[in-house]
Amino acid sequence: MDLRFTPEEAAFREEVRGFIRDNLPREIHERMRLGYPPRKQDTIAWQRILNAQGWAAYNWPKAHGGPGWSPIQRMIFLEENLSAPAPELLSFNITMLGPVLIQFGTEAQKKRFLPRAANLDDWWCQGFSEPGAGSDLASLRTAAKREGDHYIVNGQKIWTSTAHNADWCFCLVRTDPTAKKRQEGISFLLIDLRTPGIEVRPIISIDGSHHLNEVFFTDVKVPAENLVGEENRGWSVAKYLLGNERTGIARLGKSKERVRFAKEVAREVRKEGRPLIEDRGFRARVAQLEVDMKALEITQLRVVSAYAKAGGNRPDPLSSVLKIKGTELLQASSELVMDVGGPQAMPVWQQELAALANEPAIGPDWAPQMAPNYLMLRAASIYGGTNEIQKNILNKAVLGL
Amino acid sequence: MDFDPTEDQRLLGDSVARLLASEYSFEQRKSLLGTPTGWSERLWSRYAELGLLGLPISEEHGGFGGGPVDVMLLMQAFGRHLVLEPYLATVVLGGTALRLAGTAAQQEEILPAIAEGSLKLAVAHGERQARYDLSDVRTTATRRGEGFVLEGAKSVVLHGDCADRLVVSARTAGREDEPEGISLFLVDAEAPGLARRGYALRDGTRAAELSLSGVELPREALLGPLDGGLPIVARVVEAGIAATAAEVIGAMETMQAMTLDYLKTRQQFGRPIGDNQALQHRAAEMLVALEQGRSMAMLATMSLEEEDAAERARAISMAKVGVGQAGRFVSQNAVQLHGGIGMTEEYAVGHFFRRVMVIEHLFGDTATHLDRLADQVS
Repeated sequence: MDLRFTPEEAAFREEVRGFIRDNLPREIHERMRLGYPPRKQDTIAWQRILNAQGWAAYNWPKAHGGPGWSPIQRMIFLEENLSAPAPELLSFNITMLGPVLIQFGTEAQKKRFLPRAANLDDWWCQGFSEPGAGSDLASLRTAAKREGDHYIVNGQKIWTSTAHNADWCFCLVRTDPTAKKRQEGISFLLIDLRTPGIEVRPIISIDGSHHLNEVFFTDVKVPAENLVGEENRGWSVAKYLLGNERTGIARLGKSKERVRFAKEVAREVRKEGRPLIEDRGFRARVAQLEVDMKALEITQLRVVSAYAKAGGNRPDPLSSVLKIKGTELLQASSELVMDVGGPQAMPVWQQELAALANEPAIGPDWAPQMAPNYLMLRAASIYGGTNEIQKNILNKAVLGL
Repeated sequence: MDFDPTEDQRLLGDSVARLLASEYSFEQRKSLLGTPTGWSERLWSRYAELGLLGLPISEEHGGFGGGPVDVMLLMQAFGRHLVLEPYLATVVLGGTALRLAGTAAQQEEILPAIAEGSLKLAVAHGERQARYDLSDVRTTATRRGEGFVLEGAKSVVLHGDCADRLVVSARTAGREDEPEGISLFLVDAEAPGLARRGYALRDGTRAAELSLSGVELPREALLGPLDGGLPIVARVVEAGIAATAAEVIGAMETMQAMTLDYLKTRQQFGRPIGDNQALQHRAAEMLVALEQGRSMAMLATMSLEEEDAAERARAISMAKVGVGQAGRFVSQNAVQLHGGIGMTEEYAVGHFFRRVMVIEHLFGDTATHLDRLADQVS
């Protein structure tokens, strides 16, 4: 038993860190350090830089353009990218669509979509949730009816993150409404969002941003060749996608980076005449977060290392522990950051917009994203399977309750 | 990076598990608690035969030459059964003090005797006023001729009642609270002027109050450098934290298993209470806490051999906090999910609860270690 990274792994971390430091555009880095989410062009630019390096499809097999890394290298890469902070790879392309096409796609689909997904030439989004199908995904109703060499799709998806930026959507649709078990009549379909009959409507979230959408499908004609896997067997494709390696699920690098940022600002703001960083209450809160992050770091290493040993696509139910603790820590670190900002975190403004309008800044440059990030991260325990669903998974898969 | 035990460790674990399964049922343990010593000499000999008492002792001293991971796996197994024998006091605490600070002659005399089961040690450092401050030592050792004379008192000395030898800390210089000026001494349990009052802690394990009145020691009783005993005490405490962290993991595993079993079998409203999602989610939260705690116990164990003292202390404090909080959460909810039966003396879960409670209050509690970490935030 040995918790230390091998010299090769430590050298790999240095290589990744050095590459990010030397290649991440300064402006993107500075915006992200202040807590701004990456803009569409930031995500594309950074993913293309990583792709040119051969790293964007970090979890794909070498034969399909991946770098051939071990699970531990993948974890190190994700953590360094998050804590830089740099824009995250578009997970729809890299961790969702890519592995699914590699496993279930036809040769033509792989050839057509994989390189473009890696290079973010196509921006993908995920059409799973519906107004009546959230945690209970199998109750989805969006219908796809086969007519000749096409499907005709009618229905509605919701909570579709970044659909307004997207070129394509991978969707779960119902192809057999008469199937005995609800899971058996579902198919996995790739839909070009430029097809007539598709309408994307924004949903503004409580942080004031446009990230989420509703997507409406009215008699949308989708070529049958865009079916992934067999018709009516889409549930197993979706299960593969959701159970696929979840190395990055804890997003620990992000929490670490946020706590670091909170400490940085806490040197600048004051409490009772002294820098906040000297305050006992603040320090105890940071210490507690650092303890919890350390525990999660080791738990994550345990899961990844077991995964590396098992050497296959075997979803570890303990990844639900990573999801639960990881999102709790993301939320707690975003709360810490906001609380450091105090009243300065409350005004609504954006540095770039103020500059564009030739208006003076309302507050310090570190302030405006503090509250939005806190607000946005309330979703962390909701998306990707709510934390309550994760507890159900643990009960079923580990505890046998 | 590797989280799997070696083949040797697996084999040792299996034989310990077999021994404890046959010797340490809840009823068997209860009868041991009722004996005057509160533990079993017979099992102590069995541990010696199995090589457990010499586990972290070098082969040249008749031991097994094992490391922190071996001790961790053993303590975890002990935790699953709430083993009562003075392993922590003798092998972990006393043994660490001897290994770190003993002269060749001292080691030669004591370590083989520990390994063969003929000698028990205890570390007498804490004092009534000191709470968790390791440098708060009032007991004095004054020079007399070539030797020393001890005056003072020691409090909550783990298994101090049964030890054959005691590692006693005393001030040879400096004021109370000063880190410098503390020295360690090896004191025979029968030494004139040493009085011991044994008692049980809340979990049934034994401890003692010591009073030292004109205890005369030869020069050779000094263990480690004169005036420089505190760093040794600190490392002994670190070894104790790592070992008890593993013990808590074992105890949490048993509590978790008992609780799951209860949730699946106890019927109310015509169905198992485990059908209720409120209880299912609590059980899942216990699992999360257990796994996070397990990670921290591993951190403590791996950190024992870290050479940078500040880095080591920081990791150990993190582990103490993490395991302390996990232990509280799991044990409190284990009792809660059992309902009334969990409150009873005749049911095992409360005994695990109390072991975890006692451990949390040894070697610096959660708040103390969190405070130390808070001091270091930068």
